[in-house]
Amino acid sequence: MSTTAATPASAVSADDSLPKTRIDKLPLLLLPALALLALPLVGSFPTWVTLTVAGLAMGMIIFIIASGLTLIFGLMDILNFGHGVFIALGAFLATAVLGTMADWTASENLLINLLAVLPAMLVAMGVAGAVGYAFERLIIRPVYGQHLKQILITMGGMIVGEELIKVIWGPGQIPLPLPGGFRGAILIGEAAVEKYRLIAVVTGLTVFAAMFWVLARTKLGLLIRAGVQDREMVESLGYRIERLFVGVFVAGSALAGLGGVMWGLYQQNVVPQMGAQVNVLIFIVIIIGGLGSTGGCFIGALLVGLLANYTGFLAPKVALFSNIGLMVLILLWRPQGLYPVAKR
Amino acid sequence: MMLSRIFSGDAPKSRVLTALLLIIVVGLAVAPFLIHGAKPLNVAAKICIFIVLVASFDLLLGYTGIVSFAHTMFFGIGAYGVAIAFTRMGPNWSALAAGIAGSLALSLLLSLLVGLFSLRVRAIFFAMITLAVASAFQTLASQLSDFTGGEDGLNFKLPEVLNPGFSLRDEPFLGASLDGKLITYYLLFAAACVLFLLMLRIVNSPFGRVLQAIRENDFRAEALGYRTVVYRTLSNVLSAGFATLAGTLLALWLRYNGPDTSLSFEIMVDILLMVVIGGMGTMYGAVLGAALFIIAQNYLQDLMKLGSEALAGAGLPWLANLIHPERWLLWLGVLFILSVYYFPTGIVGRLRKT
Repeated sequence: MSTTAATPASAVSADDSLPKTRIDKLPLLLLPALALLALPLVGSFPTWVTLTVAGLAMGMIIFIIASGLTLIFGLMDILNFGHGVFIALGAFLATAVLGTMADWTASENLLINLLAVLPAMLVAMGVAGAVGYAFERLIIRPVYGQHLKQILITMGGMIVGEELIKVIWGPGQIPLPLPGGFRGAILIGEAAVEKYRLIAVVTGLTVFAAMFWVLARTKLGLLIRAGVQDREMVESLGYRIERLFVGVFVAGSALAGLGGVMWGLYQQNVVPQMGAQVNVLIFIVIIIGGLGSTGGCFIGALLVGLLANYTGFLAPKVALFSNIGLMVLILLWRPQGLYPVAKR
Repeated sequence: MMLSRIFSGDAPKSRVLTALLLIIVVGLAVAPFLIHGAKPLNVAAKICIFIVLVASFDLLLGYTGIVSFAHTMFFGIGAYGVAIAFTRMGPNWSALAAGIAGSLALSLLLSLLVGLFSLRVRAIFFAMITLAVASAFQTLASQLSDFTGGEDGLNFKLPEVLNPGFSLRDEPFLGASLDGKLITYYLLFAAACVLFLLMLRIVNSPFGRVLQAIRENDFRAEALGYRTVVYRTLSNVLSAGFATLAGTLLALWLRYNGPDTSLSFEIMVDILLMVVIGGMGTMYGAVLGAALFIIAQNYLQDLMKLGSEALAGAGLPWLANLIHPERWLLWLGVLFILSVYYFPTGIVGRLRKT
């Protein structure tokens, strides 16, 4: 990152006179509103707690997967239809890594389990990031600014990626059992909460906090946010936005890899087609959140997760369409998503 | 003069292209008498159906510059419409008419809704929304099993003339038995010709010119006074309508319809590949793309298998694995990416240039 622009001293004082950016609170209220609405419908309080935690956990995992996509779109104006491949890649890498550590995953000790899962996550993030770098260079770089070609090319990348996964791991389904210590549930009062869901919530919150910190408190984050708002302005201030692009793409792909590990463990098995399946889900999430908005993506993911679990309990057939129904409702309310990003 | 009218003034404009098109059309016209057997006839019928389907997708992608992933949804609606009508109303012509009318009405309504809902914003938005809608529709079709037969699909009977059991003459004519299957084939062939020429007419009309203007520069088209939303939505509706008709043809040919035959995402990918390889923004690209792709799909894979086995026998397992029939989609994907980069106008664009 070049540091050509020194901040003028006057900017600090000018800051005080600027009106504070208002945070739009309405979308935030949707989450508790949805949860409270579900309470009388579900009926029993312990079941409601179980469902809510399950929904939040699912939402957190979806957020990890989708955050990279929305960041990439926000900054680079590229909709990566190949994002699903990185998710599938992460999940398959997890099967490979965890498969070599069968002793550790079989153990009931949570700490030893974590020692096995952490390397799997790191490997998934590392490899997905590296593949993302190559993907950006080879596939996306030549078609910057051409939307139609981007959609086609990344779709092509998706096809090829899925086939390559089949070449390496075979076309069949591979089981990805949860490590011993992750299984089972703990009782909070009368509500049973699965351990893995808690782990997912913690991981998701960590990722969200880290992302939030980077975006809101660091110079890098400032540049990324500025790039989302107005790319040319950042360029004209002397920053090499191309490097930001690559960095964000690699980070987004790595996040997809991490999300893939989490999603694979959540589903407990992986298939090569999972990328395409998850793609639909994360598109819905980032449309709900507003294309390019990280906060919107977070809320959108949690909404989707909660609603999927509530409807899954109340009316399983309806649950299959809960996502798209939610998307339609949100878009009728705000056609650009919960948090519309400027200039998009 | 007459020919120019039939082709709506949009002749192939290249000798090689004209020759290729002639080979395909004549080949399709005489296919039942030229090569006998169930498989070649199946391939020929599939080519007819996919020419219509791919051309209708090209109307949207190549001419208007919109990517939709819900094209198989409309294809499926057409196929399901005919299938459901025949199962409910029995094998008669009014069932066919009801099936076509019902599915067309549903498709037009649905495409209008999706278009009005998502085409206002951006092309990229439309691609995502259609993907979501199509996957929801696929789930819906497999869930409404009383109606659609669920995962098993629907088997049904056609009116007597179109049934394979029906026979015009006892002895075969030019080596082909004149049965209901043959009549169905020629019905498909005629329908495909008419629908294709109709689409050619549409893209070469003033309306089609506006679509191309929107593809090239929507801002300028809007500034010239064309309501781009209206034109885009109309293009979406038209293309959905033609896709639905292609779906009805498919159901007629197979006498069966299920989620995998008409709704699956694999077919969507196939259509994308056919349009891009054949040539976006040219109706003739649809003909070439569909014909080449389906012939390759049915025969090249056999060839790959033979080659792969031969190489494996020769002690080159690595090479053998590369051309294994299961790798077919991998190579197609690579070809797809390369053609988007280097031949965005596909085979037809190449041929017209030389």
